[in-house]
Formats: sequence, C-alpha cells, structure tokens
Amino acid sequence: MSVQLEVQLIAVVVAVACALPGVFLVLRGMAMMSDAISHTVLLGIVLAFFLVGDLDSPLLIVGAALMGVLTVTLVELLNQTQLVKQDAAIGLVFPALFSVAVILISRFARGVHLDVDAVLLGELAFAPFDRVQFWGLDVPIALAVMGGILVLNGLFIGLFYKELKLATFDPALAAALGFSPVLLHYGLMTLVSVTAVGAFDAVGSVLVVALMITPPATAYLLTNRLSHMLGLSAVIGAGSALAGYWLARLLDANIAGSMATMTGAIFLVTFLLAPERGIVAILRRRQRQRWEFAQAALTIHLLHHEDSPQADEECRVDHLGEHLRWQRPFADEVVRLARRHGLVTQDNGRLYLTDKGRQTVQDAIVR
Amino acid sequence: MTERRFAIEVEDLTLAYQDKPVLWDIDLHVPEGILMAIVGPNGAGKTTLIKTILGLLKPAAGRITIYGKPFVAQRKLVAYVPQRGSVDWDFPTNVLDVVMMGRYGRLGWVKWPGREDRELAMEALRKVGMANFAHRQISQLSGGQQQRTFLARALVQDAQIYFMDEPFQGVDATTERAIIQLLKELRAAGKTVVVVHHDLQTVSEYFDWVTLLNVRRIASGPVSQVFTEENLRLTYGGKVAFLSKTAVSQSTPDTLQPASSGG
Repeated sequence: MSVQLEVQLIAVVVAVACALPGVFLVLRGMAMMSDAISHTVLLGIVLAFFLVGDLDSPLLIVGAALMGVLTVTLVELLNQTQLVKQDAAIGLVFPALFSVAVILISRFARGVHLDVDAVLLGELAFAPFDRVQFWGLDVPIALAVMGGILVLNGLFIGLFYKELKLATFDPALAAALGFSPVLLHYGLMTLVSVTAVGAFDAVGSVLVVALMITPPATAYLLTNRLSHMLGLSAVIGAGSALAGYWLARLLDANIAGSMATMTGAIFLVTFLLAPERGIVAILRRRQRQRWEFAQAALTIHLLHHEDSPQADEECRVDHLGEHLRWQRPFADEVVRLARRHGLVTQDNGRLYLTDKGRQTVQDAIVR
Repeated sequence: MTERRFAIEVEDLTLAYQDKPVLWDIDLHVPEGILMAIVGPNGAGKTTLIKTILGLLKPAAGRITIYGKPFVAQRKLVAYVPQRGSVDWDFPTNVLDVVMMGRYGRLGWVKWPGREDRELAMEALRKVGMANFAHRQISQLSGGQQQRTFLARALVQDAQIYFMDEPFQGVDATTERAIIQLLKELRAAGKTVVVVHHDLQTVSEYFDWVTLLNVRRIASGPVSQVFTEENLRLTYGGKVAFLSKTAVSQSTPDTLQPASSGG
C-alpha cells in the first residue's frame, strides 16, 4: 500500500473512531468534557512514561485512560460541591492537569519524542513511518492502534447500545431498572480517554475535539434516529478525513488541520441547508406560517362579523387595514392568497367566506 | 376490613440534603390494589419520596420494602413514570422506541429487544390511544402525547406497582380522562398505583387512598377518612382558602372539573 493511501486510511479510521463515542457526548451535553480529557490524558501519558521509561509501551494508554477518568471524577466532585458550575469546573481541572504535564515534559523529558507541538497538532503525514509487524503484516503503528480503538468503540457501543440510549435519554429510569448510569458514564468516559490518546499522535489533542464533536453535531441536524446518527456521524467523519487530506495536499498544509476544517465546513453547510432543521428551512417555514396565520386571522375576522349589522363595513377589503391594523400591501397579499386557496371570495370589494374558509376557521380555533 | 398485603412499606424514613431535612421520619403502609395520591405543597418532598423508594436517592435513615423485600430484589415488580420534563424530548428517537425502553428491565444487559417486545409496545400504545404515533419523532409530540408515551412505557414493564410523578401536569382534559381510566383499569387488575398529584379538587374523584405530605407524613389512609379539612390545613398551613369546597365532608364530585388544560 502506498504511503498516501495509508495516510488516508489512518485519517478515516481516526475520524470514525472519534465520531462514535462523540455521538453520546453531544447527546449528553458533554462536548466540552472531550476537550478537557483530550488535554489531561497527556499527564497520564507522561506519568506512565516516567514509570515504565518506554514511549511505545501500551501502559501509556492505560495511564492516559486512568487520567481521563480522573478528570471526569474531579470535575464532577467540584461540581457537586455546588460552589462551581460544571463549565467552570472543567475550566479549572483541565488546565491544572495539563499544565503539570507541560512542566514535567519541559523539565524532565526534553529530548524525548514528546514535544508540546506534536501533542497539540499531531502530524499525520509522518504516521506511516513508524511501523509495526502485526499478524505478519507490516502496518503503521498509528493504523494498528487506531484500528484497535475503533473495534473497541464499535464493540462497546454495539454491546451496550440500548443501555447507553436509555441512560442518555432517561437516567432515572435506567437507574430504576438496574442499569447503572454511573457505570455506563465512566465506561463511556474511559472510551473517550482511550480514543483521545490514540488519536493524539495522528491529529493532536485540539483537533481530536473537532473530530469527536463536529460530525455528531452535524448528524444531529440530519436525522431523528440514534442509530442513523451514529452511522451518519461515521460517514461524515470519514468524508471530512478524505476531503481534508486532499485539501492539505492542495494547500501543502497540515493534514489534521485540514480535516478539522472540513468537519467545520460540512457542519456549516448542514446548519444552513439541512432539510428540516437547517436555518434556511426554518426561515422559510416561519415565513409560510406567517402567511398561513394571517389567512386564518382573516377568515376568523370574516366569520365573526358576517352576521353583524356592520358586516358590509367590516368585511370590505379596503377596511381591513383599519380593523386588523394591517398595512395595505400586506392585507392585499393576504386576500390574494386566501382567494387563491379558495378560503374567501370577493364581490365588489366585499369579502365572503367559502365553505373551505369556514373549515379553516374551525381547524384554527381547535388548534 | 379483611387483612390486605402491603405492597409498599416505609418505616422511619429520613432524608436530608446536607443539613436540610426533606423527609422526616416517614411511615407509610400502602396496601395492594389501591390507587393512591401523594399530595402536599411545593417542596414537601413528594418526588423525593418516590425517588427514595425507587433507590434513586439514598436515605439518611429508615427502611423501605416492596412486598417485604428491598427494592433491589424487586425491581421487576415496579414501574416508574418520571416527570415529563425530566428528559430531553429532542433526543433522536421515536415513540415506539421510547415505549420499548420499558422492556429493557426484563431484557437485562446486552440483549436486544425482539419482535415480542415490539408487539407489546404496540399493544401498550393502542391502550393509550397512540398507535398512530408509533413512528412519530418524539420532539413533535404535544404535552399530552408525551405523557401517554411515558404511560405506555410503564405499561410494557408489566409491573405490580406503578409510581407516577405528576402524570396530569400540563396535559389536556382528554388525556387526563384517558390516564385516569387507565389507572382505574390497573387497579381493577390488582395493581397498586402511586401518583404524585397536584390538584386537590380531583383527589376524591380519582383516588381511593391518599397520603398528605409536608416533609413529615401528615396523614395516610382511605380518602374518605383522611382527606379532611383538618389534615389539609395541617399539610398546607393556612394558605388554602378553597379547602371547604375540596375536603371530603362537602365534596360534590359531579361539579368537579379537570383542572388543567392546554399542552
């Protein structure tokens, strides 16, 4: 396999592995927790490195995962004191742990391949040069690690899909039925930590957040089903990875940065143009509702006054402005629409309700 | 009165948030097969009491049993309908899926719901008049429809005891009637139903048993015996001017109206 293909494959695997747990982070309103975890795992890596003295040891991932869980625990403990709110608790815990890691690296680990730039940004282009023999196959370490993490994430979410769904939607019922929401919560956070560490080398800790949060946030605008949201997030993540890779080649820029940019671009387009929840769709719906409401108001007005002595006066087109406080052009447009929809007929400037118009009034009042 | 089994027994239950007591030494003996309202002013601990019985909150003292055993051993006998506002109705799922969640307790860990669970869920949706909404996205439901969905979810749990936290909150009159009809059917089938209730006007019409709660248990028993002006005054303080119309002695059920509408 060529280096280019390998880089793209790693990018796709990283993106999908991040997107899957990201779906639950987004639905639980915990997006910023991923930001915290992706930074504090660095301390876990550093401490584990001091302990084993080997940068390639799998124990580094264990240390990172423990630190991720510790981060979540500390944030929740702080939050429970009710002296700090959750966002502030995240803002307190993660810089504290991260800065300790930065100091430790700069003081004791200089010269080791653990520099802060690589941690923040990562460099996907170099990933294929660190290789490992795996079942007789010669593969990049990043691909083997992230492939393993992808399988782990897929297994966890596949096995505990219904439990995660219930604990996310209705934690109280989950607890009452005996599915410990706390256990699931920490399981998920462990997964997020492990994923963050794995994705670290490839894309760096800042962009892990983009890959975890943006594809699920995009998918959320496009579907009404959790299973589809998982699938779509994976597809959007993979698409952003490939598009980002080619954008980076085109611009001769950092691949991870381009990938994150693509997730943002896809989100922006979806945010604007999503069929039901996009901004454009919402504005058009509001506009339509405004005209529909005005027509309903017109029919109700006509019904109220059609039998009154002043009916001929009240129901004249040129008096609508006076009675309903509508500007003349607006009133004319409403009358035009109402006539086109067969709700009213006009005779010599006097408006009459049709049967369909009466039905509209009924519907509007009942609603 | 013949000896009845107690579905729920609570003894000397005390629960505090830090040093602020929310429930003080509650004793409660709920016989099987009754429809019971828990009433009391805001902050009286009504929801807290239910949540404590369900093991969601840890009491400072006291003993709780469901048919003579701790809740943990009796989970499958208990169904729970939380307050409608306690969940995110924008969650990406549909009505049928939410109802199926009621089956998860029977399924246990890892196992996926199957065709039988689906059929039971549809059956429950038919019972609450929501069969046509099975595939409706839950964010598109009205308040009454959300409540019916929750009710259907409790029905598929096929429990012996049903706890419901303000099922009539913000639902339309039709839904209120449909819910009370269902609760009466549950009682007729020998189930025990415990409802946190806000509307004193409807207590005598809907329920046969009532617990008056304000941090302490003021009274608990058959509506005809304990839903008295005296007890209501003890529960609500002097703030209830309409008491004389509501309390048992002068109650005239045929003039009572469903209180809330809208949704």
